[in-house]
Amino acid sequence: MQLVANCPTGPIENRWDKYRFDLKLVNPANKRKYTILVVGSGLAGASAAATFGELGYNVRCFCYQDSPRRAHSIAAQGGINAAKNYQNDGDSVYRLFYDTVKGGDFRARESNVYRLAQISVAIIDQCVAQGVPFAREYGGLLANRSFGGAQVSRTFYARGQTGQQLLIGAYQALERQIGAGKVAMFPRTEMLDVVVANGVARGIVVRDLVSGKVDVQLGDAVVLATGGYGNAFYLSTNAKGCNVTAIWRAYKRGAGFGNPCFTQIHPTCIPVSGDHQSKLTLMSESLRNDGRVWVPVKPGDARHPGQIPDAERDYYLERRYPAFGNLVPRDVASRAAKAVCDEGRGVGPGGRGVYLDFADAIKRLGEDAIREKYGNLFEMYERITDENGYQRPMRIYPAVHYAMGGLWVDYNLQTTIPGLFCLGEANFSDHGANRLGASALMQGLADGYFIVPYTIGQYLATSKLEKLDPAHADCRRTRDEAEARLRKLLAVNGKRTVDSFHKELGKTLWENCGMARNEKGLKSALARIPQLRDEFWKDVRVLGSGEDLNQSLEKAGRVADFLEFGELLCLDALERRESCGGHFREEFSTPEGEAARDDQNFCHAAVWEHQGPATKPIRHVEPLTFDYVHPSQRSYK
Amino acid sequence: MSGTMNLTLTVWRQKNAQDSGRFVTYPASGISPDMSFLEMLDIVNEGLIAKGEEPIAFDHDCREGICGTCGVVINGLPHGPMSATTTCQLHMRKFRDGDTITIEPWRAQAFPVVRDLIVDRSAFDRIIAAGGYIGVSTGSAPDGNALPIAKQNSELAMDAAACIGCAACVAACPNASAMLFVSAKVSHLGLLPQGQPERKQRVLRMVSRMDAEGFGKCTNTLECEAACPKEISVEFIARMNRDYLYASVADRPESKKANVAG
Repeated sequence: MQLVANCPTGPIENRWDKYRFDLKLVNPANKRKYTILVVGSGLAGASAAATFGELGYNVRCFCYQDSPRRAHSIAAQGGINAAKNYQNDGDSVYRLFYDTVKGGDFRARESNVYRLAQISVAIIDQCVAQGVPFAREYGGLLANRSFGGAQVSRTFYARGQTGQQLLIGAYQALERQIGAGKVAMFPRTEMLDVVVANGVARGIVVRDLVSGKVDVQLGDAVVLATGGYGNAFYLSTNAKGCNVTAIWRAYKRGAGFGNPCFTQIHPTCIPVSGDHQSKLTLMSESLRNDGRVWVPVKPGDARHPGQIPDAERDYYLERRYPAFGNLVPRDVASRAAKAVCDEGRGVGPGGRGVYLDFADAIKRLGEDAIREKYGNLFEMYERITDENGYQRPMRIYPAVHYAMGGLWVDYNLQTTIPGLFCLGEANFSDHGANRLGASALMQGLADGYFIVPYTIGQYLATSKLEKLDPAHADCRRTRDEAEARLRKLLAVNGKRTVDSFHKELGKTLWENCGMARNEKGLKSALARIPQLRDEFWKDVRVLGSGEDLNQSLEKAGRVADFLEFGELLCLDALERRESCGGHFREEFSTPEGEAARDDQNFCHAAVWEHQGPATKPIRHVEPLTFDYVHPSQRSYK
Repeated sequence: MSGTMNLTLTVWRQKNAQDSGRFVTYPASGISPDMSFLEMLDIVNEGLIAKGEEPIAFDHDCREGICGTCGVVINGLPHGPMSATTTCQLHMRKFRDGDTITIEPWRAQAFPVVRDLIVDRSAFDRIIAAGGYIGVSTGSAPDGNALPIAKQNSELAMDAAACIGCAACVAACPNASAMLFVSAKVSHLGLLPQGQPERKQRVLRMVSRMDAEGFGKCTNTLECEAACPKEISVEFIARMNRDYLYASVADRPESKKANVAG
């Protein structure tokens, strides 16, 4: 596997401009002769599909949901970063670039991150023009807030529904192209495989989830914008349908998989209430601006929190990180919560929770002020837990949230398979080992609106793509394999439900490859997952047929892929013998228990190449160099 | 919360669009009050699979009340008894041990049943494609702060834009009218200066598409607002009616000479 990143050189400020000028263009009259297949309709997929349509390409867009408006980008609450410096507080493209490289713990490409920061500015303009109702000041201009510990106010937001509003903007642009006949939309359609013919991605195998029909869709390029793989853990903040299937199938067809072990655990989620739990709900981390995090000093202290005097409370973030206190980054806050719960000081059911206490803020500002700021979050908390966050401290616990890892892509967002592009959370992104708050929306829209529309032109203009017949051996083989797999799932007819396997996999991953990882745990997970996979294929029960809507069959296919992917996740975590960002290896920590990065040996992206079912995949590396932002140890003491 | 509940579910089962469908009764036992409504259905489905019966199909995705995928009629109420709450955010503590719960799909001519509790809401997408957007192609936008927008208009537009497209409004309406959904989009875009150039054609096209999809007329029963999990106000319907009337009277045919390049 050749990893050619295609990053431009020269002064970083000019790289993207110069690169863009050097990209070959497709003649306007020729664009309609090309068909681009876009899988996924979240921020990255919808924005790409709409923009391709505007440019004149023929587009076919696929999503598993009943409408492209439902993709999980919709659930992002906090906001979107942009280096507008509207607040005159010292922000700049360079500062956003700097913060993102540093926040990612020096595991992302400088060229990509700089481009992202540059484009952030145009995203806001585009979204405003589409009618996204961002928060405004009384003077009518756009409002900003500081988010996720940033020192400047660069986050644009629409109440607590920023992801929703940005997605609706992209969805409306997409629907406009659907109405104009430039995009054909295929909702309730799931991609099962990539068709690679003569070494080039030329199509996909899809299943119509209503009729059950499996089909090959051919085109000149394939764009995957299929989101993250957090649901490998079963419980996560992802939507129930989020899955790894599209990028996993691409991996098995030859696309390199970058940094699968970089997963983000979000510190402020509502804790698990019992075995019935089907998903976890995130509450905006803006709550940490006013809430104080604590646990009882004494292990097993079951008293009502109001009866625990101050002296018997441990405000552990303020104690351990006096400079940043409750506002330490997500990975640090999450690990600290786990540590106190491991000591038996956790609160709530199962002892897996910590208090987020607003009593001091209410005393200082009044309940009304807190209600005005966070009222919707308090309501959501009460709806789920039946507890009043104004009267007693909220209980929170970290949960799997975002995947920084994904398919490896070059500067063009092209994977190691020519003609196969990957956008948004699905690619091994510009976030390195840790994503900063309000940066996911920025990256999804940058990729879709402003990067891939240029770079795909270069690919199409410089590739000689002959017309492919659906009867071509590669098309038929890929389709036959997908169908055979569905038949196999239906034929097992064992005793256990799909969910029971998924829960067990999730528990194995969470315990051994979650917030803190060590060699022993990872090796035990690597021993257990293949056994579980064998049990799945021997004992799973999928009722019904493949010829109509069958939600168990859909889930079974996704869980089968998670059962393979989970192994790669642990393998990558095992081989990365350092701690960085969201990846914390207990063996590689400072005497105070903080993450110890190893730039000598691990200043690279790990990219895995599939070698068939029985052979260990090969780990390649893409070395990372830092010419502008020099690696330093993150410190929040 | 202490104690679990035993409930009886009366659920609409329908194999596909051609099947006529029927209610089937299932026991739901050992239900924790902390479960969400959909988690309760998960448990029932696990039990059905164990017995060799096909699980109840229902639409759901984010399970945090924002994607708009879920939605069933619970005891006659779209999204159930809690106001401003989607089905996925409804918790079982709102029910009592021994309750019988009737669960049905959205009922509307424009939303054919796909299977069990799942309906086809693609009519909503087609209404948006008819004009529910601002026609601004990528790259052509002016600076975000070039156009100040009064905060009150922006906030009101946001109130309308909060719609999640779940279609509870249609399910609640005795006429199966889609006026609340359509008016929310017409108002969201019509309240903003960016939306003015296409304001008249937008409302005419969206309403025309809405009618073509087979939705009923609005007779001001206001059931839609009561069912809406995002509390979208019926005032937007009045706003759309004004826009529609104005556009019908004031709309001029498009110039035949427009956009002809030399």
